[in-house]
Amino acid sequence: MTQITLTVNGREVSGEVEDRTLLVDFLRQNLHLTGTHVGCDTSQCGACVVEMNDASIKACTVLAVQTQGASVTTIEGLAEGDQLHPLQEAFRDNHGLQCGFCTPGMIMSARDLLARNANPSEQEVRDWLEGNLCRCTGYHNIVKSILDAAQRMRASKAA
Amino acid sequence: MYAFAHHRPTSVADAVKAATSSSQGVYLAGGMTLIPTLKQRLADPKDLIDLAALADLREIKPSGGGLSIGAMATHNAVAQDGTIPALSALAEGIGDPQVRNCGTIGGSLANNDPAADYPAAVLALNAQIKTDQRTIASDDYFQGLFTTALAPGELIVRVDVPKPDSANYQKFANPASRYALVGVMVARTGGDVRVAVTGAGSDGVFRFTAAEQALASDFSPGAVPEVDAGMMSSDIHAASDYRAHLVKILTQRAVAES
Amino acid sequence: MSEGIGASVKRKEDQRFITGKGRYTDDIARPGQTWGYFLRSPHAHAKITAIDTARAQKAPGVLGVFTGQDVADDQVGNLICGWNITGKDGEGMKMGPHPILAQGKVRYVGDHVAIVVAQTYNQAKDAAELIDVTYDVLAPVVDTATAHQSGQPLVHEEIPNNLSFAWELGDKDQTEAAFSSAAHVTTISLSNNRLIPNAMEPRAALGDYDSGTGDFTLYTTSQNPHVARLVISAFVGIAPEHKLKVVAPDVGGGFGSKIFIYSEEVACLWASKKVGRPVKWTGERTESFVSDAHGRDHVTTAELAVDGDNKITGLRVKTVANLGAYMSTFSSAIPTYLYATLLSGQYNIPAIYAEVDAVYTTTAPVDAYRGAGRPEATFVVERLVEVAARELKMDPVDFRRKNFVTEFPHQTPVIMQYDTGDYQKSMDRALEMADYAGFAKRAKESEAKGRRRGIGLSCYIEACGIAPSAAVGSLGAGVGLYESAKIRFNPTGNVMVYTGSHSHGQGHETTFAQLISTHLGVPVDQVEIVHGDTDKVPFGMGTYGSRSLAVGGSAIVKAAEKVIDKGRKVAAHLLEASEEDIVFDAGQFSVKGTDRTKSIQEIAFAAYVPHNYPEGLEPGLEESAFYDPLNFTFPAGTQVCEVEVDPDTGRVTIEKFTAVDDFGNLINPMIVEGQVHGGIVQGVGQAMLENCVYDESGQLITGSYMDYCLPRADDVPSFGVDMTITPCTHNPLGVKGCGEAGAIAAPAAVINAVTHALGLPHMDMPATPQNVWRALQAA
Repeated sequence: MTQITLTVNGREVSGEVEDRTLLVDFLRQNLHLTGTHVGCDTSQCGACVVEMNDASIKACTVLAVQTQGASVTTIEGLAEGDQLHPLQEAFRDNHGLQCGFCTPGMIMSARDLLARNANPSEQEVRDWLEGNLCRCTGYHNIVKSILDAAQRMRASKAA
Repeated sequence: MYAFAHHRPTSVADAVKAATSSSQGVYLAGGMTLIPTLKQRLADPKDLIDLAALADLREIKPSGGGLSIGAMATHNAVAQDGTIPALSALAEGIGDPQVRNCGTIGGSLANNDPAADYPAAVLALNAQIKTDQRTIASDDYFQGLFTTALAPGELIVRVDVPKPDSANYQKFANPASRYALVGVMVARTGGDVRVAVTGAGSDGVFRFTAAEQALASDFSPGAVPEVDAGMMSSDIHAASDYRAHLVKILTQRAVAES
Repeated sequence: MSEGIGASVKRKEDQRFITGKGRYTDDIARPGQTWGYFLRSPHAHAKITAIDTARAQKAPGVLGVFTGQDVADDQVGNLICGWNITGKDGEGMKMGPHPILAQGKVRYVGDHVAIVVAQTYNQAKDAAELIDVTYDVLAPVVDTATAHQSGQPLVHEEIPNNLSFAWELGDKDQTEAAFSSAAHVTTISLSNNRLIPNAMEPRAALGDYDSGTGDFTLYTTSQNPHVARLVISAFVGIAPEHKLKVVAPDVGGGFGSKIFIYSEEVACLWASKKVGRPVKWTGERTESFVSDAHGRDHVTTAELAVDGDNKITGLRVKTVANLGAYMSTFSSAIPTYLYATLLSGQYNIPAIYAEVDAVYTTTAPVDAYRGAGRPEATFVVERLVEVAARELKMDPVDFRRKNFVTEFPHQTPVIMQYDTGDYQKSMDRALEMADYAGFAKRAKESEAKGRRRGIGLSCYIEACGIAPSAAVGSLGAGVGLYESAKIRFNPTGNVMVYTGSHSHGQGHETTFAQLISTHLGVPVDQVEIVHGDTDKVPFGMGTYGSRSLAVGGSAIVKAAEKVIDKGRKVAAHLLEASEEDIVFDAGQFSVKGTDRTKSIQEIAFAAYVPHNYPEGLEPGLEESAFYDPLNFTFPAGTQVCEVEVDPDTGRVTIEKFTAVDDFGNLINPMIVEGQVHGGIVQGVGQAMLENCVYDESGQLITGSYMDYCLPRADDVPSFGVDMTITPCTHNPLGVKGCGEAGAIAAPAAVINAVTHALGLPHMDMPATPQNVWRALQAA
C-alpha cells in the first residue's frame, strides 16, 4: 500500500492505495466521485477522461500512484457552485447526451480541445473525439454542443 | 492487474539500477500500452519503474538541423514541435488526444508494436536511438514483433532525428483500433530515399527497399513497385494481399505529397 | 403551452448527468458490499469433467466460490425464453436448459463456470485463477448456415440437428403461384451480420439479501425491472415476487441488451444470501463482448416476383437465424414475429411466404438488439427492391413509388394491419433534402477525383408500440405487453408519475412530464417521473420495441383522464355546480359559461384535506391505469445515404445522410431527432464498421474495441433529419415510436448506396475498406 496526496477539484486529498489501483478506481471508490466512468478495459471509450495537470487523460490508464502531487479535475469539479461550465450548458441545451454515461468523459475531453483551439471546425471536433465513444447520440448533438460551447466561451471572453 | 510495486526514481542511473535489480522489472513511460496490458493480466511484472520524474527526458532539443527528442516526450509534444513537419504530423495521428497527452516516443519504440506509427518514422528518417549505454542505428534497432535491440534493463534516453529534405507519412488506420493497418513514411535526403512501412509486415516495421531503389532514380508515384504479399501480415481487418496493395498505394501517395 | 406536447423542452434529467451525479448501478455501494467475479469458459464447447475450487476457497479475502453443482444443489431454476414458437410441424420450440452456472458442459466462450465472491474485486479475480477446471473439449458449431445440417456436433444433446424450430409464415401455395406467373424474378442471398450491442455502461448487478426480513434487493442494469423480478421469482425461483425488489437506477444505454435476464444478476442475488453480504458484479467490457446477448446473425435467400407492369406480386424468404448456445429471454420472437411480419415493407405485396430455421451454435446467445428483427426484414426487402429496380432498368425511386401502399388501413399477407401512413410524402421530402436530382452532377465531380459516388434509399417500416397482449399471446408470448402508470397529486399540488416504462437515455423524465403538462396543466418542473423500482412503480413491462410513449405514455394519459374525472367531482362540489357543467382545461376546472374556477392544485389540496368534500367520494387524488394497445404502431419513412468510394483503398465515406421519418405526433421533437441520430449511427455501424467474428474454434475474435469497430465521431457526418406526420389512429397520443428507426433503415440505405457506387448488385455488410476493395477486385 502506498500513501498518495494530490489535489482533486481544488482540494487536497490523501489516500492509501494498492500500487495497482487505477486513478479511476481511486476517484470512484476512495473519493466517491462516481461521475468518472469505466466503459471499457482497453483505454478506448473515454468515459473516464479527467484533467490532470491541464491535459485530458484517461483515468483508467493512469495509476493512482502516478498522480502523487498532481492536480486532477473531474466532471464534479467543473461547475462553479450553481454556475455550470459552458460545455455543461451547451450539452444540455443541444441535447448532447442521452443515457449520460459517456457524457462526463465527452465534456472533459472537449474542455481540453477548447483550451487548445477556441474555434474548432466540425471536422476538428470529430477528429478530437477519437478517444470518446458514444452509443446513443450518433455524435451529431455532441459535436453541435461542443461547437456551441466554443462559441459561448469565445463570446464571454470577448465580453 | 496483478500486484506490483511502483518505483519513481529521479535519475536515469537510479532507474536502470531499479530495473536491473528487480527479478521482473519494467519501465513505465506513458503507460499507454503497458497499463492496458497489465489490466488484461497479460503481463505480471513485480516492479514498475516509473520514469515520470526524469524531467530531462521530456525535453525536445534542436540538434544539427534535426531534433534530439527525449524519450519521455509525449506524442503531443512532438506534434507541437513542427521542426520536422512529417514527424509532427505522424505524432498528431497517434492514438487519440488523451493517448497523445501521455504516450511517449521512448515507450512506443521500446514496445515496438508492429502497428505503431513511430517505428516507421524512426526507420525512414534514419534516426538514432540513444540509450543509457550506447547509440543504436535505426536499421539495427527493430528486430521483429515487439522485439528490439535493447538489452534487459537498457533504457532509451533520447532519439536523435535528422531533418530530411522532404518526408511524408501516410497512414491507413485500422477502422477499429485506429492503429496503423498500414503506415508508410517516405523520406528524401539528398539523393537518398528511405521508405519504411509499419502495420503491414509479418515481422514488424521494415524498409521497402525495392521502392527506395526505384524512387532514388525516379521519385514519382509511378515508380513504386508491387509489394510481395508473402511478407505481409494478415488478420480480419486486412488479409496479406490487401495489405500489400495498401503499401503500394500509400507509398505512392506519400511520394506524391512529400 | 410552450412546454407541453410538441415543445422541445430541455431535458430535466440532464442536470445530474452533466455534473457527474448520475447514479448507475456501479455507483451504488451497500454496507458490507463484496465483489463477485465470474470464471468463464475459455472453450466454445467442452464437457466439464472436474472443478476443484479448494485453492480458490482459501485465497485471501474469499467468502465463497460457487459452481453449477451449488446451483443444482440449491435447486436454482434455469433462465428461460418467454415466447414459445410453434414450428411447421405443430410442435413447440425446443429449448435447451440454461442454468445460471454451467452444469457439466460449457457451450460458448464466456459461458459461466463459477462465481467467486471476495472482499475486493482484485481478490475475487485473483482467486478465480486458482480454480482448476478440467475440460474435455468438444467440436464447436460456429457457422449459422450449416449449424443444423446432419453430422454437426450437438449443442444440446437432446435437440436433434441443433434446430430449435422450423417455422413458417404466409401462404406458400399462393406465393408459389405468384412466382410461377412472374414476368421477372429477383433473387439475392445475403447475411445480416452479427452485432454486439455495446451500451456504453457495461452490465452490472448488486444483489443484497436481508436475513432480518428475508427480502432480496437486486440493483441491476435493466430495461424492465418488473420482468426481471417476474422471471427471477417465477422461473429461477430465488425469491417470491413480494420478497424481491428489483431496482434499475440510471442505466447507461440498453439497445435491447439489457432487456434480458442474465446469469450474472441472478448469481449475485443468490450468492448474497449464501455469503450473507451484498455481492456486486460490474462487467468489464471484455465480459460484455463475450456474454451480452448479441444481435442479428441471419443467413437468408430472398426472391421477389414482379409482373409485366413492374408490380410486385410475391416475396419469398428462407432464413437461418442463429440463437447462440442458449435461448435468451425473447430470442425466439425476434427472427419470427418481429421479422417475417414486416416483410411486406411499404409495399403492396399480395403473396408472401417466409421460412425461418432457428439454430443453436456454440456462440453467445442472440436476442433483440435495437430494431430486433425489423432491421433484418428491412434489409431483405429494401435490398430486393433495389436490385429488382436495377435489373428492370428502373429508377429505384420509381419502382418503389409504383409499389407503395397508398390506402389505409392496409392488411398485409403477414399478419400486420398498417393503420396509417403516407410513404410518398416522406420519400419525396427525403429526396428533396438529399438533392436526389443533383446526384448525377455530384457523381461526375467524384469521378473527376478518381472516386465513385453512389446514392441509396431505404423505405422502411417497423412495427412498434409493442404490443397488443391478446395478439402476442395468440402467437406464443408468455406475457402481456401492456404498460402501467400511476399519477399521484401531492397535497401541495405537484405531481408524482410512476411508470412501468424505464428510461435509459430516452428522456422519459422530460417527455412524460410534458404529457402531464398538456393533459393536467401542471408545469413540467412540478412533475416528478418515477421509474425503475419495482417497489415504487406499478407492475409494468419496461422499455423496448419503441413502446414507451405509445404504450407507457398512453397509460399516463389514461390515468390523467381518471384524475380529471375525479377532480371534476370535487370541483363540482366546491363550485356548487353539477358535474356535467364542469369543464377542465389547462389545469383549471371551471363551470361552463362562468368565470368560476378551481385550479387542479386547489382540487388536490381539497382531496387531501377533505373538510369540505363530496359525500361518498374517497379522499386523495391518485389514479392508476394500465394501457393495452389495440394494434402495433407503424413508424415508417425514407432514409437516403450518399457515399463516395475511394477505389484504391476501398474506403467509403458517407457524404450525406438524410432521414425523413413519420413517427406520428411528436411530444418532444428535440428528443425524437436525437433518437434518430443515434439509430442512424448504429445502422451505419452495422453497414460499414461492426461485425462480430468467431473463428472456427469458436473463439471471439472481435472481443474488444481493438477489433470490434464501434462507430466514432469521425466515421459519420451530421445528418439531415425531418419528419412527416400521420398520427397513429389507435392510441390517445397519435404517436408511433421513434427509437429504432435509424437502426432499421440505415443499413439498407448504406448498402444500396455502396453497391450503386460500385456498380455491383450486392455486397454483404459491413462495407469495410477491405471488403469493398475485394468486391471491386472480384467485379
